[in-house]
Amino acid sequence: MEQILANGLYLGAQYALIALGLTLIFSLMNVLNFAHGQMYVFGGFVTYTVVAQFGLPFIVGLLASAVTLAVMGALIERFLFRPVIRKSKRDESTMLLAAGIAFFLDAVILLLFGEKQRGVPKIVNGVFNWDMRLIMPYDRILIAALAVALIVSFILFMQYSRTGRAMRALAQDRMAAQLMGVDVDRYSMIGFAIGAMLAGLVGGLLVTITGVNLGMGGPTSVKAFLMIMIGGAGVISGAIAGGFILGMMESVGLTVLAAYGDITYLVIFITLMIFLAIRPQGLMGKPWG
Amino acid sequence: MKRRVFLATTGLTLALAFATNTAAWAENAKLKIGFVGVTSGPAAAWGISNQRSMETRAAWLNELGGVKIGDTTYDVEIVAFDDQKDPKRAIAGMEKMAQDGVHYVVGPNVDDGAAAVRPVAEQNGIIYFPYAFPKELYTPPASNAILGMVANYQSGPAIYKYLMDNKGVKKVAFVAANESDPLSQRDGGVEAAKALGLEVVSDSVTYQVDTTDFTPVLLPVIQTAPDLLVLSGVSPANAPQLIRSARELGYTGLISTETAQDATVLMEGAGELANGFISVGGASTPELASDAMKEFVDRYTKMFGEYNDESNTKVYALEYIIETLKANPAAIDNVEEFKKTIDTFSAPNPFMVGDAKLSYVGTTSFGQKRQVSVPLVVNEFKDGKFETLFVAQVD
Repeated sequence: MEQILANGLYLGAQYALIALGLTLIFSLMNVLNFAHGQMYVFGGFVTYTVVAQFGLPFIVGLLASAVTLAVMGALIERFLFRPVIRKSKRDESTMLLAAGIAFFLDAVILLLFGEKQRGVPKIVNGVFNWDMRLIMPYDRILIAALAVALIVSFILFMQYSRTGRAMRALAQDRMAAQLMGVDVDRYSMIGFAIGAMLAGLVGGLLVTITGVNLGMGGPTSVKAFLMIMIGGAGVISGAIAGGFILGMMESVGLTVLAAYGDITYLVIFITLMIFLAIRPQGLMGKPWG
Repeated sequence: MKRRVFLATTGLTLALAFATNTAAWAENAKLKIGFVGVTSGPAAAWGISNQRSMETRAAWLNELGGVKIGDTTYDVEIVAFDDQKDPKRAIAGMEKMAQDGVHYVVGPNVDDGAAAVRPVAEQNGIIYFPYAFPKELYTPPASNAILGMVANYQSGPAIYKYLMDNKGVKKVAFVAANESDPLSQRDGGVEAAKALGLEVVSDSVTYQVDTTDFTPVLLPVIQTAPDLLVLSGVSPANAPQLIRSARELGYTGLISTETAQDATVLMEGAGELANGFISVGGASTPELASDAMKEFVDRYTKMFGEYNDESNTKVYALEYIIETLKANPAAIDNVEEFKKTIDTFSAPNPFMVGDAKLSYVGTTSFGQKRQVSVPLVVNEFKDGKFETLFVAQVD
């Protein structure tokens, strides 16, 4: 049981961090960013290149991923989403744009980084073993701690910084925020940049554990959408809760249901469908959006 | 002045047109060979190594002046189609090949894609070389598919027997991705292990290919304490993570797979933890590789920046197509002629030292020759490199 809980918490921490960026972008701009998974993959490849190819320390790789993805996010918002949102009132326009960006990033990743699975050496060696009841490699513990630290930093930033307050105001009521003098364009761009940066940071963190490959983007986006559906789209606490719930469901399912074959995600999807039928806005979302 | 410019321009245009026309006359005819396989998504490495192997070899042959089949010299042109590991796309790809007049296709890379394209290939007179293992594709009445590698039901028993005899393996556990290829490979492996008298302690655990943490997946498997953990049909993307998780959970037994892997990917993803990992290697080892094989690796690396060890096997399909066409030029647009040639075909193998031959095999497994003959090389990973454990022949 200890092992199942630890696995669930570890998975939950990384999932929550992935979902945070997605939910931030959704709350600020009402955009479903289907390219979120590709941004995660891009971040992983940047860290890989800096650490494994250039031989620089892991922290430099992580920073490079954060900066690269933040710049990429800002540019995507400024030159792609902003004009489309301005010209089109239809939600599907931004959805199609996001899907297009996902395909584009897949092609860019193949071109720049190739088709192979990539990974960087373990940043910490050794395995924590508590009497064979709980086994957890130290690098996973470190990555989980870093993920939790990043989640806490993000919450504090959103809660107490001027930028964070402006973005929250924007998320609550775009028109009211604009009337109160919030520069909507500027903070939308910053929000998109932070969302993309979070995706890049998770990619950079996990490249030491799971590695990264071209095909991970799509499934990562699907899982991220699952999490924000559980927690409630556009709600930061909901994304965190959704991440931890999905991580725990996966960990429990993979252990308890192992004997019945690979039905964990089947059970998760059925549970989610029933849950959404009862509470379509998710755990912490508001029924009015 | 204007007249002079006009005359000069006209003269230049005529000269250019003449030169282009002359060049066109000097060009060889085109021999289009198709590739339908997966070059995007998690399994992209499988198809990309195929496509790049074909492109490297085609560029090399064209540089040498093309290939002479009968009285005609052809430049080899590779027509590629990404099926995205989707059977519907694979069918569309094979239909495109038929529309383009292509009669010889390499791929698809996976079982369901290879099965899906069978009617299209048979109706349109296409011989195809899948990297997929369903026996019904190669056994009569099927006759248009030729297996491009060694199947798991051929390599698996050889590996298990070797490990029983040399490492004292008695208990075996199987883990597979929840997809058709790995699952069918797992079932074949379980059957082979039981037939050899091994005790199968776990064979029900599966995983999603996009799993990011394999610890919960492997925990119940490791608790059964197997001597050998078989990663059935594992992709190069998942292998390092599974090995790493198993070792981190304290597993000290043997780990093997019947799929080909890449040494760099294993080293990057699992490092020293991958030492001792047994896999089916490409059909080439330093001891087996001829100068032509070494040159192929150099050319591939120059063209694409990095070599893929899987191409040691995947270099062969195009070679078999071209050499068989050379042996019977009538097969250039008639696959029935190609089929007639299969039974007696033999040509020097340029990629192996000694007097190795290219020939078709498969009679034991399929009741007819519908498999390319490549050596079964079983490797052990050690410190970033593969070391040959043993080499065997199919059939």
